[in-house]
Amino acid sequence: MSRIKATFAILKEQQKTALIPFITAGDPDLEVTAKLVLALADAGADLIELGVPFSDPMADGPTIQAASERALAAGTTLKGVLLLVAAVRETTQIPLVLMGYYNPVFRYGVENFARDAAAAGVDALLLVDLPPEEVAEISGVMLKSGIDLITLLAPTTPRERMARLAAAAEGYLYYVSMTGVTGAQKISPEDIRVAVAELKQMTDIPVAVGFGITTAADAKAVGSFADGVIVGSALVKIIAEYGQSEKLLSEVTKFIAELKHGLTASAS
Amino acid sequence: MKNYQYPDERGHFGEYGGRYVAETLMPALLELEEVYAVASQDPEFQREFEYYLKHYVGRPSPLYFAERLTKELGGAKIYLKREDLNHTGAHKVNNTVGQVLLARRMGKKKIIAETGAGQHGVATATVAALFGLECEVFMGKEDIRRQSLNVFRMKLLGAKVTEVTSGTATLKDAMNDALRHWVTHVRDTFYVIGTVAGPHPYPLLVRNFQSVIGTEAKQQLLEAEGRLPDVAVACIGGGSNAMGLFYPFIEDLSVKLLGVEAAGLGVETDKHAASISAGSPGVLHGNKTYLLQDDDGQIQHAHSISAGLDYPGVGPEHSHLRDIERAEYVSITDIEALEAFQKLTHIEGIIPALESAHAIAQVMKLAPTLSPDQIILVCLSGRGDKDIHTVADALRVEL
Repeated sequence: MSRIKATFAILKEQQKTALIPFITAGDPDLEVTAKLVLALADAGADLIELGVPFSDPMADGPTIQAASERALAAGTTLKGVLLLVAAVRETTQIPLVLMGYYNPVFRYGVENFARDAAAAGVDALLLVDLPPEEVAEISGVMLKSGIDLITLLAPTTPRERMARLAAAAEGYLYYVSMTGVTGAQKISPEDIRVAVAELKQMTDIPVAVGFGITTAADAKAVGSFADGVIVGSALVKIIAEYGQSEKLLSEVTKFIAELKHGLTASAS
Repeated sequence: MKNYQYPDERGHFGEYGGRYVAETLMPALLELEEVYAVASQDPEFQREFEYYLKHYVGRPSPLYFAERLTKELGGAKIYLKREDLNHTGAHKVNNTVGQVLLARRMGKKKIIAETGAGQHGVATATVAALFGLECEVFMGKEDIRRQSLNVFRMKLLGAKVTEVTSGTATLKDAMNDALRHWVTHVRDTFYVIGTVAGPHPYPLLVRNFQSVIGTEAKQQLLEAEGRLPDVAVACIGGGSNAMGLFYPFIEDLSVKLLGVEAAGLGVETDKHAASISAGSPGVLHGNKTYLLQDDDGQIQHAHSISAGLDYPGVGPEHSHLRDIERAEYVSITDIEALEAFQKLTHIEGIIPALESAHAIAQVMKLAPTLSPDQIILVCLSGRGDKDIHTVADALRVEL
């Protein structure tokens, strides 16, 4: 069983919601990212999404745009991110999902990427700008390498399309909580609840919700009906604030613990 | 090349094109594709489009025989397709009329656009004013500085001009922010893309709206000379005036199609915008095409003296035409464009946009190598009034 499947199976048994933090790899640099991954895992993260920085992050708001810029300024490359994954894999078995844009993967070479990512211990890939209409150009190769392709669903996705995409999904479904870029506005948990309930009628694959979940209260609200809660911008803001400071790991750990506490409360 | 039928039903031009966007936007693109498929077969839509092109834009634009330039260069006959004489001063308005008519069909009340030189922004703001629609234009901070005149024009037209400071603060970043805005307001907002790039169906519909350029020029040249040109030349940023000129000639294999990219300080330097001549295939802004990028797939800064060509990508159909060798792509430096700008102004009394001056510069190289019974058709895509400050700066003239 894949690490992602196993993780969600255990959580389901324990009636818990997955906490999925997102951080941009290489922000402030890859060495710190390695420490952050281990700290997140220790603090209670169930899966981790690692952002691969891109020069033109069209689906991201200012917070993650800035993180991408810092990571690139620090010399982060996709190759470097794969080396990072290989390094942390020696210590942790937490599922790792690479999230980003298609061009760096395309440029790396889809087959080379699949081979190197699988060898490094990457579990899944989420490419924001590779929708189902185009995904065929990589899906065969990823399947062979055992790398799940995570599908995004949005509030604008029509019902019939949602059913079709859900049926073909791997790993978990990423439900985008609002029409907008990452970290943008306040979410409406009630709207999301209705959409997630509909989605869960269509599939047994776990449904995680992301974009705009910033507080423990948000996490608690969404965690009461979703299988996973993804927190990105709010966490990236803390990394931006503390950067290379000694306090970084303790601040991040504190925030993850708060989120975790919210989720635990919502489960009980 | 007979039966050239691109894009395919999935929006691909061979290996290029496609729809590389976030899921949130996919339903809007599928809807636009459907609406356009119906509109393009609807005589009423075609009639409406032609009505505004004729009575509002001022079409057909003249085809002008540049007799003095021809004589001076001592080679092929040079014909200028005068898109500079359109309302708003460039070819851009052909497309904005078409897209805004589509937006009206879809019941969208808000229009957004990205702009580099400001020509597309002005053309969009103009048509939005004509139809009483709310308009917001995204423009890089650097371009706002270079093109202050167009910024003021857009504001006078009632548009909101939003300054983009991310990345390189030029056209590519304006497009990023326009896409970010669109993803947030996709339900009530129509995104008017200014060139033959972006996700399908934009490259298709922009090409079709702009192909009025080539269709008219072909007719006009047949009337004037009784034959087709030997070469058709146009400048390329995203490549909409070039696609508009080339497309009606694609199956006429005797016509050589020549695209002129911006070489900036030289394609051998890192300051140019020649994506086809010096780039490699990649994915940006919703389509697969030639891009300026590094080994890690990060998009590189483009440079051109002309804001409208200052873009690190190119429309996917040009990438396809290059690969199948139906069109040829060359590049012209800032200095060569400046010389051509002055030459055309002096000798014909026509001040070209710096973008169009790149095409003229290529004609100045090409014409003397051809014989007097050969014909070059060049798209003069816009007028140069907007560039007076840039040219004065480059020539070190204090205004």
